[in-house]
Amino acid sequence: MNVLEIRDLSVDYLSGSGAVHAVADVSLDLRRGEILGLAGESGSGKSTLANAVARLLRPPAAITGGSVVHHRRDGGPVDVLKLGRKELRAFRWKELAVVFQSAMNALNPVSTVGAQIDDVLRVHAPDMPRKERTERTVELLQRVGISADRRRGYPHELSGGMRQRAAIAIALALNPEIIIMDEPTTALDVVVQREILHEIKALRQEYGFAVVFITHDLSLLMEISDRIAIMYAGRVVETGSAKALHRSPSHPYTLGLLRSFPRLHGPREELLGIPGTPPDLRSLPSGCAFHPRCRFAVEECSARRPALLPGVEGQVACLLNDDKGVLR
Amino acid sequence: MRFLARRLGFYLLTAWAAVTLNFLIPRLMPGDPVELLVARMKDNVDPAAIEAMRRAFGLSDAGLWQQYLDYLGNLAHGELGRSITFFPTEVSSVIAGSLPWTVGLVGVATVISYLIGTSLGVLMAWKRGTWLDGVLPAATFMHAVPYFWVALALVFVFGVTLQWFPVSRAYGLDVTAGLTGEFAGSVLYHAVLPGVTIVVASMADRILGMRNVMVTTLGEDYVVMAEAKGLTSRRVMWAYAARNAILPNITSFALSLGFVVGGSVLTEIVFSYPGIGSMLLKGVENEDFPLMQGIFLVISLAVLVANFLADLAYLILDPRTKQ
Repeated sequence: MNVLEIRDLSVDYLSGSGAVHAVADVSLDLRRGEILGLAGESGSGKSTLANAVARLLRPPAAITGGSVVHHRRDGGPVDVLKLGRKELRAFRWKELAVVFQSAMNALNPVSTVGAQIDDVLRVHAPDMPRKERTERTVELLQRVGISADRRRGYPHELSGGMRQRAAIAIALALNPEIIIMDEPTTALDVVVQREILHEIKALRQEYGFAVVFITHDLSLLMEISDRIAIMYAGRVVETGSAKALHRSPSHPYTLGLLRSFPRLHGPREELLGIPGTPPDLRSLPSGCAFHPRCRFAVEECSARRPALLPGVEGQVACLLNDDKGVLR
Repeated sequence: MRFLARRLGFYLLTAWAAVTLNFLIPRLMPGDPVELLVARMKDNVDPAAIEAMRRAFGLSDAGLWQQYLDYLGNLAHGELGRSITFFPTEVSSVIAGSLPWTVGLVGVATVISYLIGTSLGVLMAWKRGTWLDGVLPAATFMHAVPYFWVALALVFVFGVTLQWFPVSRAYGLDVTAGLTGEFAGSVLYHAVLPGVTIVVASMADRILGMRNVMVTTLGEDYVVMAEAKGLTSRRVMWAYAARNAILPNITSFALSLGFVVGGSVLTEIVFSYPGIGSMLLKGVENEDFPLMQGIFLVISLAVLVANFLADLAYLILDPRTKQ
């Protein structure tokens, strides 16, 4: 059962020298209660995709096509991109919440942590009495491991990890069905990172929300996600369960990402990495955008762009995989 | 609290320095007020009268240290010496007579200009890319135009040509000063043109300053998050964006409040307004050192007080200053 269906979504950055296709024809499903990992290098369009789904894009970015259908728990499907102003305000946070990249900047520095949970409740549940709102705030903070008296504290009085926890508590305020987490642990040290990941997993168990987890750290995704989608130059190039991707990546790019960090367990492998740099979105290579960096590229790769087709497991967009998994 | 104590200490030290400089500078200059007065009267002065005047001005041949102590003692009693221009009126009563006019006119106009300018700046940043951007070139133009030019233009159009408003004095000749409605009405009526001058001429700074900071603030993650939270635009604009963007603007506002006491000299001259600015001009014209000194002292103390108030405002508005 999908809670969010993204179909052929395209986002352009309009600039003087023409449009830059940051996200091109992306189709992606988010199942109810799953953690979907979204990985890719910087500039691959993963954050833009997330912002488009949350309708948070600002000029010069603009959605040029596609649909984002949200299936509500009780009620029919709605296209998020077609919501009016009022409906959008109601949709936001109640159905879809966002945890931003660095909680350092995502919390209002002049407002207490408690007040930042409270104003969500006040807007979306105007009938809730003050006492209940305070109780809910305390409950949320305690749930993510912040003591109740901290609600009167300001963001600068909290450590980095605490701030990220506070941001998660704010996201949970209305019990949303979808939470987009845009690199929620990137600014944290590994130990805190681990704690936060465990926390997210535990909260997911408890509340049953679905997560879109964005990061460039594939090894981290392998651990936390149910399914993973790999993006390259604005397109999804491979999707599949975390296990399948880990065991047998079908796209050369996924293989490159997996082999760019050493494994601690298992047999020794050569560190491959990915040669070259991410492409310039203003002038993408012809055919498959990855072909100049691909070690398996054949002549046809520069001529024809592969479509995202069902592969052995999940989907893959690679000519070499059109009939069979070529990498193994 | 430690922050506040430290700032208070700093301001006390600065105030002491200002007071001391105020004492030293005239004494390092050649001549004294009595010589000036005598010169004015073309030397036809009785030596006994000169001696009396020297005493009236508090001049003595005592050592510098003794003079300094006397000066501090006098200052503690609010004595700033006697004015030459308005001899034998005391400087303190000249200032007391003109300060309320200046604070009333320039102070109120500055606050109004700040409120309108800041709100406009917030709105223009929020609605950037719409027709409101058309205000920008106008604001830049007003930013570049000097005060007295605005004053002259207003006097010409609304005072002389249309004759809607009086062009000089603080209240009409036909009313007597007192706590009557008639007097208050006359004061307000006379304050319109000079007040509008100050508002118009200083508002552009506020608009541009606030807009620039606000545009930067709108790009911050916490503003995007506030939007993602589904809060109303009004709340995102004021409680999240403007609330943060206003912090860097507090200092400049406090500074301009401090200079309110100095009066808007040119505006007051154009409108013959009986404020501190006009008094300062008279003092300069008549080489009235005691008066100038007194006014400068009041200005420097006012700037210090305004800065202290800005620190207080910061302490209340920005929790990060409380360490």
